Amino acid sequence: MTAVTKDWRDDIYKVFKDLDITMVSHVPDAGHTPLINLCEKDNEIDVITLTTEQDGVGLSCGAYAGGRKSALLMQSSGVGNCINALALPNICRIPFLTLVSMRGEWGEFIPWQVPMGLGTPKVLEAMDVKIFRADYKEEVGSTVDAAARFAFNTNRSAAVLLSQKMIGAKQFKNG
Amino acid sequence: MIDRRPFVQKILKNRKPNLRVISGLGTSTWDIMSAGDNTGNFGFIGAMGQAIPFSLGLATSQPDLRILLFTGDGDTLMSLGSIATVANHPVKNLTIVVLDNESYVETGSQPTATAGKTDLELVSKGSGLSNSYTIRSENDYDKLINTIYVEEGPSLVVAKCQAKATPLVFPHSFDGSVSINRFMSSIKS
Repeated sequence: MTAVTKDWRDDIYKVFKDLDITMVSHVPDAGHTPLINLCEKDNEIDVITLTTEQDGVGLSCGAYAGGRKSALLMQSSGVGNCINALALPNICRIPFLTLVSMRGEWGEFIPWQVPMGLGTPKVLEAMDVKIFRADYKEEVGSTVDAAARFAFNTNRSAAVLLSQKMIGAKQFKNG
Repeated sequence: MIDRRPFVQKILKNRKPNLRVISGLGTSTWDIMSAGDNTGNFGFIGAMGQAIPFSLGLATSQPDLRILLFTGDGDTLMSLGSIATVANHPVKNLTIVVLDNESYVETGSQPTATAGKTDLELVSKGSGLSNSYTIRSENDYDKLINTIYVEEGPSLVVAKCQAKATPLVFPHSFDGSVSINRFMSSIKS
């Protein structure tokens, strides 16, 4: 069980350090920002900003082929972009880990976020990605740790869905 | 225009021990396999568009190796943004050779965007890869070899090729897990 520290993003960062994850790619999301900032301050972690989430799948697989572990951070809207790319870790049995900040579920304001929010678990399951879910801050560290170990020990793809209930639904104001 | 199959074979003949070769879907994979089986090769047979990001991940992880990607214009056009990612996370040991035949030869030779108005060298330069150039003849072999082994990358070379179908030359295995583990053993050894 990973200890809970001041912020659940700190717990994810600790898992990265514990498991020697040294590359983090992302299309940014506000929910991931504190974690991205932590990784950018760490000289041992390469942080790579992508132009589309799917490139993080190939990037992660290439890094693994070269002997490094990595994680892909994205928002749920990016999961759909990854479908065909997920064939790569699947057919090659390369460990693949992604952390997905959820939109379109708990108290969502923007209707456009809902379709991919609803589709995210279905898309991941369709591509044989094992889904782990964290709904509460206290369980983030242990859930990411479990997902990462599942991926790297069994050579499978794993996704952690970080719930919008936990991240907080932003309420937008016009004007 | 370059005859791609013998050109790729020539590049891979007498390859140096520090070279690892990746190929994108799909004719590029048959091209590198035609040069002879080598554990230091990994060829995509699917996941179109992922060869460039894969090669970036590999190159950043193995800075002492030279990483050479052969891929096609179709595969490259599917993930143009990955060129920007390479440019902004530069790796010195990566050369991308786009075997640009301006067509989807494997599916019936439909024209790609590069048969029209799109110039991948300009796309690459505009994406931030300053070392991008186009070759149109086998006479540029020495220049390309220098880029692959000596120059500071990342580099992208557009090799304008004849659009003709070539025989399929299959890899050691179609099983991706066999292929990647074999390739990884060439890095560990």
